[in-house]
Amino acid sequence: MERHLPTDLPGVEAPPPRRSKGRRQKGAYILGAPAILWLVVLFIVPMITMVSLSLSTCDPITLACQNTWHFAEFRQVVQQYHTQLLRAIVYAGVATVIDLAIAFPLAYWIAFYGGRKKNFFLLMLLVPFFVSFVIRTTAWQFLLADQGPILQPLKSIGLLPENYHVLATWIAVVAGLAYNYLPFTALPLYVALERIDRHVVEAAGDLYSNRRSVFMRVIFPLAIPGIFAAFLLTFVPAAGDFVNASILGGTNTTVIGQIIRSAFLDNSDYPAASALSAILMAAMLIGIFLYAKVLGSRTIEEYI
Amino acid sequence: MTDDPIIDPSLLRGLTQSRFTRRDLFRYAGVAGGALGLSAFLAACGTKGVATGSGGAGKPNANMGDAAWWGQQTLHKTLDFDNWPYYMDIGPNNSHPSLDEFTKKTGIKVNYTENIQDNPSYWNQHIFPQLSHGQSQGHDIIVLTNNDYPLGYMLNFGWAIPLDHGSMPNFDKYASKLVTNPSYDPGNTYTMAWQSGYTLIAYNTKYIKDEITTVDVLWDPKYKGKIGMFGNASELGCLGLLAIGKDPATSTPADWTAAAAKLQEQKPLVRSYYDQDYIKALKSEDTWISMAWSGDIFQAGIQGYDTLKTAVPQEGVMFWTDNMLMPYTASNPKDAMTYMDYVYDPKVQAVIEDYNNYVCPVPSSKGIIGTELHDPAVANSPLVFPNAAMVAAAKPYYQWKNTQDLKTWNDTFQPIYLG
Repeated sequence: MERHLPTDLPGVEAPPPRRSKGRRQKGAYILGAPAILWLVVLFIVPMITMVSLSLSTCDPITLACQNTWHFAEFRQVVQQYHTQLLRAIVYAGVATVIDLAIAFPLAYWIAFYGGRKKNFFLLMLLVPFFVSFVIRTTAWQFLLADQGPILQPLKSIGLLPENYHVLATWIAVVAGLAYNYLPFTALPLYVALERIDRHVVEAAGDLYSNRRSVFMRVIFPLAIPGIFAAFLLTFVPAAGDFVNASILGGTNTTVIGQIIRSAFLDNSDYPAASALSAILMAAMLIGIFLYAKVLGSRTIEEYI
Repeated sequence: MTDDPIIDPSLLRGLTQSRFTRRDLFRYAGVAGGALGLSAFLAACGTKGVATGSGGAGKPNANMGDAAWWGQQTLHKTLDFDNWPYYMDIGPNNSHPSLDEFTKKTGIKVNYTENIQDNPSYWNQHIFPQLSHGQSQGHDIIVLTNNDYPLGYMLNFGWAIPLDHGSMPNFDKYASKLVTNPSYDPGNTYTMAWQSGYTLIAYNTKYIKDEITTVDVLWDPKYKGKIGMFGNASELGCLGLLAIGKDPATSTPADWTAAAAKLQEQKPLVRSYYDQDYIKALKSEDTWISMAWSGDIFQAGIQGYDTLKTAVPQEGVMFWTDNMLMPYTASNPKDAMTYMDYVYDPKVQAVIEDYNNYVCPVPSSKGIIGTELHDPAVANSPLVFPNAAMVAAAKPYYQWKNTQDLKTWNDTFQPIYLG
């Protein structure tokens, strides 16, 4: 079929010529300048510094560093600290799964049944997190103490053995991570669920879908980008976290964040600290790309 | 690095009264950004290290500190003193009575600051970058601890002004045996003690009825999961050395390896390797027995934790000292000398000590605190005024000879608590 542009028709003027591509791009760059500057100054420069430091050899007294392409640093730190690296990833992974399991029903309920009080419920979710991160974690240290308000009553009625303790174990660390990062999981999930068009849900019902398959085949697939965003926002900071492990952990719960902190502040070993940071970052990026591939990245882009 | 407004470093220090691991503050303060933030933060700080590290020591005057040099010095009626937070007596309106008295007596105005949170970070930020370029770091007196590396570096580099031994009559007359002629500064050539403390064993008498005579008690399987140790290479290493019967000050790398093996053996019994929060674990009865700093246990006793007791094991207890010294760039050395000797006046020291409660460098202040200041609890405490047994038990720390030595030490002991 022959297509007629509007100009072919009598009485219709040609639209003004589109602005050249170059000029449009220029405008976009000017508008994007603050963001680009931000990225360069606060992300790219530190990144390059970090990678360059990781390949340097430093004088331990003067801290004068020279780039010597010392790739062996990477091999050494992996050899020495792979346990702590894996531990950090496992702890963060378990905490993220726990958070998803807790936050999904919560976000679902607020989004679908919160009614006019949605904002109130969201505020309730966030209010505890207005208190400083460290203070909250320290509060758990108090609550979970061996003779503290939680374990003491359970011990005195005989539900727990006298020498049972939660603090100073990996369970306490994972629980602390899960608690501290819960809002980072709940909020993206809420946004995703809230955005689902209710008419789609109703249509599924009209098409004889039962409640289970409405959830499995309509709501859940539409929430996947939210799950991905929630995963990212929870897992990434949790893997680098060292506060929970140092406040709630004990022996054999050291995570990579603590090693990096110690290498940097106790030992002034900048190359090791930088190499470990770079490895952690690379591991995260690879993991995220794999995850995005599995879930399909097209819809995910809408959320991040 | 200080984006956490809730935890004010000085406040935290005041609440916990612990001396060594102000590193935690950095740890906590650096948190806000999370993982990626941490990497960026590390990288950013790293750059600073690169920028300052042009290498090479500065050039202090060769005659600095000899009699002729001191003869040329005059009083400038001003003094810059940089100290650790909560380390100076506080009077009404946050005044420092002992400093005010000093100004009244000598006419020397004291600019007192509390910038020292931790030895290595102070070295990295406020000593090395300036002194290596011959620039002033801004203070006439600074305070460094003998169980961390910066003090040794300062003395080895010749970056401290030798004291004027002709003008320290109070020190000569009143200084405690514990702080005169210390192994890290023979003859007090460069340093005078500000305060000291013991690293000993604290235990809860509610749970531990036996008398504690040896550090082996920390290896007792009876207390599995209730033993607290220090997550600090210097302290942990020295305890391990005491446990294998070696004197830390004269130990060798072979001894360190043996001590580390002994500490590894203990690990399944240990609840956690604590920083300054060890005292919280003792108070909440999470630990029954723990390595501890004397000042903390004394404070806990005052706060009502009267089942917490200290033990001095037969192997000895580590004794640390915070030392006053003058960086070679000090512009008012004569005023600094006047002040450093002034605090060894027993009456002045009594006022400072009654606030601090660490080990007092002036034994004669004891009577003054007990009678004139009406504080017998402080005056009669062996943790503040050590008795003969505690003086005899005091052991000096190992002094690292160079950075390789320090690295070997750290590589030996850090894997225990960072495992």
